[in-house]
Amino acid sequence: MERAARDAIETLLGFVRTLRAAGVGADTGRAAAFLRAVDTLDVTRPEPVYWAGRLTLCSHGADLARYDACFAAYFGGAAPAAAEHARPLATTAPAMWNPPASDDTDTDTDTTGLAAGDTEVLRTADIAALTREERAAVARLVSRISADRPRRRTRRLEPAVHGRLDHRRMLRSALRTGGEPLRLPRRHRSTRPRRVVLLVDISGSMAPYADALLRLAHVVVRGHPRHTEAFSVGTRLTRLTPQMRLRDPAAALAAVADAIPDWSGGTRLGTELKEFLDLYGRRGTARGALAIIASDGWERGDAALLGTQMARLARLAHRVVWVNPHKAQPGYAPLTAGMRAAWPHIDDFVSGHSLDALEQLATAVIGGRREGGVHRA
Amino acid sequence: MADAPGAAAAITGPEQFARRLDEHDYLADDGAATACFLAVRMGRPLFLEGDAGVGKTELAKALAAVLDAPLIRLQCYEGIDAAQALYDWDYPRQLLHLRAAQAAGAGADADQLESGLYDRRFLLARPLLRALEAGAAGPGVLLVDEIDRADDEFEAFLLEFLSDFTISIPELGTVRTANPPVVVLTSNRTREVHDALKRRCLYHWMPNPGFEREAAIIRRRLPEAADRLVHQVAAAGQRLRDPDSEGFDLVKPPGVAETIDWTAALVALGARELDPDTAARSLGALIKHREDSEAVRLKLAALLDGHEPEPAG
Repeated sequence: MERAARDAIETLLGFVRTLRAAGVGADTGRAAAFLRAVDTLDVTRPEPVYWAGRLTLCSHGADLARYDACFAAYFGGAAPAAAEHARPLATTAPAMWNPPASDDTDTDTDTTGLAAGDTEVLRTADIAALTREERAAVARLVSRISADRPRRRTRRLEPAVHGRLDHRRMLRSALRTGGEPLRLPRRHRSTRPRRVVLLVDISGSMAPYADALLRLAHVVVRGHPRHTEAFSVGTRLTRLTPQMRLRDPAAALAAVADAIPDWSGGTRLGTELKEFLDLYGRRGTARGALAIIASDGWERGDAALLGTQMARLARLAHRVVWVNPHKAQPGYAPLTAGMRAAWPHIDDFVSGHSLDALEQLATAVIGGRREGGVHRA
Repeated sequence: MADAPGAAAAITGPEQFARRLDEHDYLADDGAATACFLAVRMGRPLFLEGDAGVGKTELAKALAAVLDAPLIRLQCYEGIDAAQALYDWDYPRQLLHLRAAQAAGAGADADQLESGLYDRRFLLARPLLRALEAGAAGPGVLLVDEIDRADDEFEAFLLEFLSDFTISIPELGTVRTANPPVVVLTSNRTREVHDALKRRCLYHWMPNPGFEREAAIIRRRLPEAADRLVHQVAAAGQRLRDPDSEGFDLVKPPGVAETIDWTAALVALGARELDPDTAARSLGALIKHREDSEAVRLKLAALLDGHEPEPAG
């Protein structure tokens, strides 16, 4: 009898190991719960064992199909509930981000070493259409954008000028003034920096913009240190944050260029996004973050994979911003397979094709100040 | 049809649990019944995930009815914080108390006056505290609805609460409970919930029901609806939800909640069976998105003339 029980436990634990091998996160705690669940049910039939395992060992929709396959393989026979499994939920289309009408720039006094007329042209010109020298000038200007630091609210309350009444302090002060609440102390939820994650596509079709976008990433990393992560995607996912931390933009860009193994290859965005989410995203890098993807959506790989990974990212991140330089072209519609797959999971869709557009990205989307930067010598 | 206290102990297995849920008009499949049985028996929170309108909240309500326990509901929303979930002080009454004490001339000892302010009668119990206090008369059922809408901070706080079921109130001391509540969390999967929280729970994905079960659910909810109508509505619901069905690519496919609503609307219109005219007039009960309603209206005839699907096993 003792022996039979030991054998049964061994069998069940073998099943847990099989699941782990298949990529279901069945940790020791869950395995213990599984054994207890089997113990509370009558296990002369396969169904209770199936449900005991599914309820204790799985933790999200993606686990279920794997679980069914493992169950069928390990215990023989089909899984009792070949029900439809979790599909990513459809969401409504993203609210298009309407850039505010550009303010009148006649009064600008640009003293950036270029004639005012030239800068005026450079500010709004599509970077891809510029000559090499102009592009370099724009890149230098990008490095002067001052990006701000997005914040998120926490549960902690702190004294504040505006906000909810702090009843406790109000009562205390009312005690001193004969029960008359003369002062109305207030408090509000304190804020902490919100993480920003940048994924810059540097594949062939994005080559004209890569330099400017990487410089923008550098600006964001420098302006929001310890809370920004930058990655390049192309054919390989590369983390650039350490290189981006250098103060001097030129030095940082040189270090980045050394770190990137895949300048101007083709894009397999879905695969790389999956790698990013598996390695960094689930562990907290993307959780509650402002995620910014700069790519034209020319996906060489499987667009469906990109769709699933974007759905995962959207469920982890606070907001997902997609920067696509082609958006600025008249009559643009998100028709490429990659862009179509990503579309339902995007919160903000912006262009980032020119200096102005990049500045808008840094200020309006990431949130920031329009002081200094391009307007200052 | 109330059960005796300790009803939970009398239920021996999932099949019996399914029968009890059925008595309270909830038609549970094996998975849901096993999940409820294990949640009660093992004392673990139950994490229900599934599309909107699939019956997650209804299951929690039926579970409370089966256990003959009070249902305490905490509806999550963006920005929910501890004060809305745990307790709050009823400051207008505290202020009145203070003024009354001052008027009575008892204002001599300010410290004593202040400690009198933080008394249990001035405490407003919010759902989590209510769930603990209900435990005095036997375990309650705590429903944490739409946990995916709350933020990370709140999730971490809830995790703490679920691990020891105590609330410490600085002015009053710690509230404990003899009978921790049976906890049901629901999520519509708009956001991935932390693994740490799921690790404490039994995870159950609730699928949309098959044709037979959906028809049975509608019939159970609306016994006055004609059989033929119920069949047609269930068939339409199945077809709209099927991802492979030609041409209905909906933003938000209707859940069972919506097909029940639609049937109720059709019954109110006096329909004995579905025809394109009544269907078009009552479509607002089924489809809640403008784009979807356009798409369905264009193909209404195709949706209705389909044969009923083969009964699924």
